[in-house]
Amino acid sequence: MGDLTVHIHNLKLKNPVLTASGTFGYGLEYDDFIDVSRLGGIVVKGTTIHPRQGNDYPRMAETASGMLNSVGLQNKGAKYFATDIYPKLLKYDTNILVNVSGSTIEEYIACAEIINELDHIPGIELNISCPNVKEGGMAFGTSCASIEAVVSAVRKVYHKTMVVKLSPNVTDIGELARSAEASGADSLSLINTLMGMAIDAESRRPILATITGGLSGPAVKPIALRQVWEVAKSVKLPIIGMGGIMNATDAIEFFLAGASAIQVGTANYLDPTITLKIIDGIDDYLNRHKYSSIKDIIGGLQV
Amino acid sequence: MRKTVQNLKVIANLRLNDDHHILRLQSADKLEQIHPGQFANLLVENSSTVFLRRPFSIYSVDYTLNTISVYIKIIGEGTRALSKAVVGSEIDTMFPLGNKFTLPTEKEKILLVGGGSGVASLMSLAQSLHEKSNEVAILIGARSSKDLVELDEFSKYGTVYTTTEDGTQGVKGYVTNHPVLDLELSTFQRVYSCGPEPMMKAVAKKAKEKSIFCELSLENTMACGFGVCLCCITKTIDGHKCVCTDGPVFNINILQWEI
Repeated sequence: MGDLTVHIHNLKLKNPVLTASGTFGYGLEYDDFIDVSRLGGIVVKGTTIHPRQGNDYPRMAETASGMLNSVGLQNKGAKYFATDIYPKLLKYDTNILVNVSGSTIEEYIACAEIINELDHIPGIELNISCPNVKEGGMAFGTSCASIEAVVSAVRKVYHKTMVVKLSPNVTDIGELARSAEASGADSLSLINTLMGMAIDAESRRPILATITGGLSGPAVKPIALRQVWEVAKSVKLPIIGMGGIMNATDAIEFFLAGASAIQVGTANYLDPTITLKIIDGIDDYLNRHKYSSIKDIIGGLQV
Repeated sequence: MRKTVQNLKVIANLRLNDDHHILRLQSADKLEQIHPGQFANLLVENSSTVFLRRPFSIYSVDYTLNTISVYIKIIGEGTRALSKAVVGSEIDTMFPLGNKFTLPTEKEKILLVGGGSGVASLMSLAQSLHEKSNEVAILIGARSSKDLVELDEFSKYGTVYTTTEDGTQGVKGYVTNHPVLDLELSTFQRVYSCGPEPMMKAVAKKAKEKSIFCELSLENTMACGFGVCLCCITKTIDGHKCVCTDGPVFNINILQWEI
């Protein structure tokens, strides 16, 4: 068995497989299917300082090799997470990160401050890339100035590992990654969903209540790989790659492109046990290629 | 029983007519209790157009053979592919999902109203109610007589009434045109319904007017089926609720429907 441990800043992951925010609930929803503690980490549902109802139905459209969603950060707020959810997560022997979002910089700060108080949450993923909210979200992640403003502001109040989740809906992702690095990010995760839309030709109406939504699934993997590769060339920070990973081979491609760890998102919907299969498949790849450690293939793309 | 995802063996594929099939799927494991109202999420493999699983009400359960049946109406590519499942093949199935119908604790006179493929969730309910000696009536609406299937099976558990939009069988019109859902409604203590949303809204309105207990089984589109994607939400008095985990069965007093 190869050595699957990786480090993301101060976090030691027993393996490089995490779950993507918004696709894994709080982990508890998976207890019937898998031993969640086998994962390298989980990133729980996007959390905001105030409760959010989210967008109207319909929120989802199936597409070729993927899906569009427009949930709109439905959650019960950071205080509810701290009092009602957090105690239930203490049973897990894995890294639990909270995806933090907001409409204003003040809301990001207030949310991060609450999460900072939770001893068994070793890090946050700062969501500056949600495409499905009217205010904040992706608006923060698409210019260097706004990235610097929100990342440096949260950095002042949040003292554990801060991963910044980047949007793919940008012109030069390398430049934005450097802004996040310069503003105090400890790691970068990418990609969030790609803006898209779906139309019902018969009714001549959009399928989603919000008209546009975020595209995920294997359809986005080539874009995700290209952007991970560009960011890896642009920054020194460890990268957590994601976007359409459906199996271990997909995961290996992200490591070769420069990711130190990966997140599995939409694939969890199709197979709630897929993360464990991916961990086993990565180990099998290392054995077949006679690598002793996953670290040997990170950024190992031969060009 | 706990939610599980496993390959189930197709032991029968009953073709009811051109676009209605019943698949009987067998588990290698002993099935624990599955409740009326719960559903299964089936994976459609080797399709270039179908990405997500397809949810189906669990039509019936056989605890001796460890089988569940799902009722498939062919609507698109996913249901078409599943309708062609070959006996002996396997289907990757996630089940049992969702909550359940609330059953009465004492004997009652109960009306079940089904429309289209919505009848699928009512069969195991009718069976359960019948076994507990309730007086069951089942009203089924369809476009045409060819869409009315499994009536003999339903008639084992109660009195069956039908409506068809084209008048080829039963009362002509919608279920709401049937006397059982109109003049006779106040003789029932409980109504359950599953079908197209306009139909369920009409049923809910009638039940509300007469203050009769009424539960509906909703069919919103979903990506996961176990409460993590938050795509299948419906508006309730307690905010957005997931149809897949808080439902699919909801009391009409909880739903914030304009009826």
